[in-house]
Amino acid sequence: MNPTVELAPIAPELILVGAAIVVLLGGVIVRGVDRLVWLFASLAGVAGAATASVLLWDWDGELTVLAGSVAVDRFGVVVRLIVLGVAAIGLLYGHHYLERSGEARIEFYPLVLFATAGMTLFAVSADLIVAFLALEILSLSLYVLTGLSRRLGSVEGAMKYFLLGAFSSAFFLFGVAMAYGATGSTSLAAVADALAGQTGSMALGLTAVGLLAVGFAFKVSAVPFHMWTPDVYQGAPTAVTAFMAAGTKVAAFAALMRVFNVAFQPLTWDWQPIVWALAAISIVAGSVLAIAQTDIKRMLAYSSISHAGFVLTGLTAPGETGIASALFYLVAYAVTVIGAFGVVMLVSGRGEQRTSLSSYTGLAARSPFAAALLTVFLLSLAGIPPTVGFVAKVSVFSAAMEAGAWSLVLIGVLASVVAAFFYLRVIVLMYMREPEEGTEPDPSLLPRLTIAVPALAVLVLGLFPGLVIGFLDSAAVLRW
Amino acid sequence: MPWLTALIVLPLVGVVALAVWRGPSDAQARAVALVVALADLVVALGMVGAFDPQSSGYQLVEQVDWVASLGLSYLVGVDGFSVWLVVLTAFMTPIAILSTWGITSRVRLFMALTLLLETCILGSFLALDLLLFFVFFEALLVPMFLMIGGWGSGRRVYAAVKFFLFTMAGSAFLLIGIVYLWFQTVEQFSRGSFDIRVIEQLSLGTGTQRWLFVGFFTAFAVKVPLFPLHTWLPDAHTEAPTAGSIVLAALLLKAGPYGMLRFNLDLFPEASVTFADAIGVLAVIGIVYGAVVAMMQSDVKRLVAYSSVSHMGFVVLGIFMLTPESSSGAVLQMVNHGLSTGLLFFAIGMLYERTHTRDMGEMGGLATITPWIAATFLIASLSSIGLPGLNNFVGEFLVILGSFDANRWLGGVAVAGVVLAAIYMLWAYQKTFHGPEPEERRGLLDIVPHEVAAVVPVLAVMLVLGVYPKVALDRINPSTEGIVNWVSSVAEGQEGLPGGLRAAIQDDYVPPPGSLVAAGPSDEVSP
Repeated sequence: MNPTVELAPIAPELILVGAAIVVLLGGVIVRGVDRLVWLFASLAGVAGAATASVLLWDWDGELTVLAGSVAVDRFGVVVRLIVLGVAAIGLLYGHHYLERSGEARIEFYPLVLFATAGMTLFAVSADLIVAFLALEILSLSLYVLTGLSRRLGSVEGAMKYFLLGAFSSAFFLFGVAMAYGATGSTSLAAVADALAGQTGSMALGLTAVGLLAVGFAFKVSAVPFHMWTPDVYQGAPTAVTAFMAAGTKVAAFAALMRVFNVAFQPLTWDWQPIVWALAAISIVAGSVLAIAQTDIKRMLAYSSISHAGFVLTGLTAPGETGIASALFYLVAYAVTVIGAFGVVMLVSGRGEQRTSLSSYTGLAARSPFAAALLTVFLLSLAGIPPTVGFVAKVSVFSAAMEAGAWSLVLIGVLASVVAAFFYLRVIVLMYMREPEEGTEPDPSLLPRLTIAVPALAVLVLGLFPGLVIGFLDSAAVLRW
Repeated sequence: MPWLTALIVLPLVGVVALAVWRGPSDAQARAVALVVALADLVVALGMVGAFDPQSSGYQLVEQVDWVASLGLSYLVGVDGFSVWLVVLTAFMTPIAILSTWGITSRVRLFMALTLLLETCILGSFLALDLLLFFVFFEALLVPMFLMIGGWGSGRRVYAAVKFFLFTMAGSAFLLIGIVYLWFQTVEQFSRGSFDIRVIEQLSLGTGTQRWLFVGFFTAFAVKVPLFPLHTWLPDAHTEAPTAGSIVLAALLLKAGPYGMLRFNLDLFPEASVTFADAIGVLAVIGIVYGAVVAMMQSDVKRLVAYSSVSHMGFVVLGIFMLTPESSSGAVLQMVNHGLSTGLLFFAIGMLYERTHTRDMGEMGGLATITPWIAATFLIASLSSIGLPGLNNFVGEFLVILGSFDANRWLGGVAVAGVVLAAIYMLWAYQKTFHGPEPEERRGLLDIVPHEVAAVVPVLAVMLVLGVYPKVALDRINPSTEGIVNWVSSVAEGQEGLPGGLRAAIQDDYVPPPGSLVAAGPSDEVSP
C-alpha cells in the first residue's frame, strides 16, 4: 500500500489531543485564570472534533488511511459523535463536581480530552495495533480520572481499575499477537482475507478471537469479566463515572463490532456462540445482582453490566442488522446513563456522602425536578415505553430474533422484568415515602440544564426514534 | 376530522398544561383536568356520531409512518369492539376526577397522572399497530403505579409494585410474540410490519400459532385478571385511591379481554379454537372462585375487587365460547362492568371519606344517616348482580345464552356466579347500611353536589343500557359477528368466508343484508 498521509480522517483526534495539550500547558503557564476558561477551551475542542467528524460523513477517498491503520466510514462518524456528546456532558458535570467539592484541578479537562481521543480512535482503528494504542490511551486517562478525588474509595477504585485493566490489556495484546501469528498481519482487512482464504492457522485464529473477546468483555463489563465495574463506578467521582460509563461502553462496543465483523467476519459462526453466552450471562447476572445493591452507583453499575448483555444480544445478528440495532442501543444507553449519573451527582452532594438508596427517600418532595428526571432515566433503563430504552430493546430483540436467537430474547425479556424491580424501588423511595431529614439536592443551575439535555433526548428519541434510525442504518455498514 | 388522534392527544394537552402551570391551587388543577376530560368525552361522542354502525371493519383509520424502516406506524382505528370502550374511558375519567375531593397532597401531579392514564388507555383501545398497542399498554403501568403507590392506603407500595411486576411479566411474553410476528412479516412479505391487517395475513404453522397464542394470552390474562393470575388485583384495587380504583376497575381491566378479542382471536384463530374450552374452564373457575372469596371479605373494597374477578370471568367466557351472542355479550359486559364497578368504587370512596374505614364490621346503620349514598350503593349493587332493567343483566344474559349454546356445562356453572353475586352484594349492602344507627356517625354528611354530578350520569347510562341495549349492540354486533365467523370458518377449514372477512378491512365494506343478528336481547332466540 502506498503510504500517503491523509490527515483529515483523524482530524477529530488531532483536534482533541491539541486542545488537551493547550489546556494542559495553558493551565500550568497562565495561572490565576478562572477555570471556566479551560472548560470552554475543552468544550471548543470537543465541538471542533465533532465538526471535523461530521465533515467525514460523505468521505469519498480511501477506505482506510495512514497505511491502513484508520478506517473512514459513517460508522466511525456516528460513534465519534456519540462519544463527543458524552464528553461534552462529562466536562460540564466534572467542572461543576470538582468546583463543588473543592478539588478543582486543571488536569481534569485534558484527561477527559485524552480519554475521548482514545475512545474515538478505538472506534475507527482498522489495525489491531492502533486499536491497542487507543485502548491504552483511553484506559490510562480513565485510571487517573477515577483516582482524581481524595476520597479513599476513589483511590481504591483507581487501583482496582488499573490492576484489572492492565490485566485485560494483556489479554487484548496477546490476542493481537495470536492474530498476527495466524495471519501474518494486524490489519483488520488483511486478517479477514487470510482467514477467509484459509491461508492462516485456524487454531491461532480462534485463540485470537477468544483472547480479544476477553479483552473487549473487560472493557464493556460483560460477565464474567465485570468484577471491576461496581467498585470503580462507585469509587470514581460521579462526574467521571457518568463519562466513563457511557463513553467507554460506546467506544469499546464500536471497536468490538469492527474487529469481529471485519477481521473475524470469516469466523462469524465461531464467535457468535461466544457473544450469545456473554450476552445471556451478563443480562441475568447483572439484573439479579443489582437487586442486592444498597448504593445507587453500584446498582447502576450492575445495571450497566446487564445493558452490556443487551447490546451483545443485538450483536448475535451478524452484519448490518446487528450493528444497526446495537448502535441504537448504545445511543439510548449513553443518553440514559449519563443522565442518571447526573442526577446521582446532584443528590450525592459534596464529598459523595449520599449515594445510598436511602438518600432518595422522599426526593420527589424535596426536589421534584431531580426526582422526575431520575424517573425518566430509570424507566428508560427498564425499557418502559415511551422512553428510548424501550425502542432500543425492541431493536436488539428484533435483530436477535432475525438471527434465530429467540431463546436469548426470552432471557432478555424475563430479565427485564427482574430489572424493573430494582429500578422501581428507587421510584418508590422517591415518590412514595415521606422525606427524611436531609439536605436538599444540589440546586445549581448548570448541571440541571446539562441533565435536561439527555432527559429530553430520552423522551424525544423514545417518541420519534426515526430521527436517528436513518442515520444509524446508513452508518451500520463497515467498509474495509 | 381526525377523531381518534384528537381523543388520544387531548388529555396530553391537559398534562402539559398542568406541567407548565406553576402553582395552581388544588381546585384549579382539578378544574383543568375535569374540563379536559369532559372535552375528551365530547370528542368521544362526536366519534360515535361519525362511526358507521353497519360496518364490521376498522373505521376512522389514521395512519402515519413512525419508524418507516421498521414498518412501525402510528395506526389507529375503531370498530365494534373498541367503540364503546373508548366512550366508556372518556366517560369514566371525569367521574374518577370527581372522586378526588379527598385527595389533598400533590393534586396537580395526581391530575396529570389521571389524564396520562386516559391517553394510554385510549391509545391501547385504538391502536391497530401491534407495537403501538404495546407502547400504550405498557406505558399505562407507570401512571397507575405512581397513583397506587403515591396516594393509596395501607400497603400501597406493596400493592403498586406487585401490580407493576405482574403486569410487566405478563406483557414480556406479549413483546416476544410481537417481535416474532414482525420477524415473520419480514420473512414472508420481505417487509417488516406491525400492522395487524398485514399480520393477520401471515401463514403460521399450528405449533407456532399455539406458542404465540399462549404468549399473547398470558399478557392479557394477567390484565383481566383471569384465575389463577388474579392475585395482584385485590391488593391493587383495595390500596388504590378511589380514582385509581375506578380507573383500574372500569378501564384498565378492559384492556385484557379487549386484547384477547382484537389480537388472540383475530391473529391466531386455529389456536383460539384449540384452547377455547380450557380457557372457558378457567373463566368459570374464576367466576365461582371470585364470587366465593368475595363472600368471605370484610373489607368492602376487597369484596368489590373479588367481584371483579368473577365478573371478568364472564367476559372471558363470552369471548372464548365463540358464538355471536356470547361475544357481543362479552363486549357489552366490559362496558357494563366498567359502569357498575366504577360506581361501586365511587360509592365506597364517598363512604370512606366520611367514615375512614372500609371494614363492613365497623360500618352498619348508615342508611338513615346517608340515604342517598345508600341508594347509590344499592343501585350499583343491583346492577352488579344483574337485575333486569339495569345494564349488567343484558350482558350476562347474552354471555350465558351463548355459552349454553357452545358448552352446556360451562354455561350452567357460570349461572352460579350470578346467584352468588346476589348473595355477597346484598350482604355487603346489609352490613354497611342496615342495622342500628351508630351514635358516633350521626353527623355524617350525605351526598354533596359534585358527587351527585358524578353519580347521576352513571345511573342514567346504566338505566339506558338496561332498558334499551340495542343502541350499544347495534354497533357491537357487526364486529363480533365478523370475528366469530372468521374463527369458525378457519376452524372448519372453509375457504369461502375469510375472503369476505378480508374485504371487511376496507372502510367502505358493506356486509350482505341479513347476515347479521338483529340486536337486542329480546331478539335473541336460543336454538
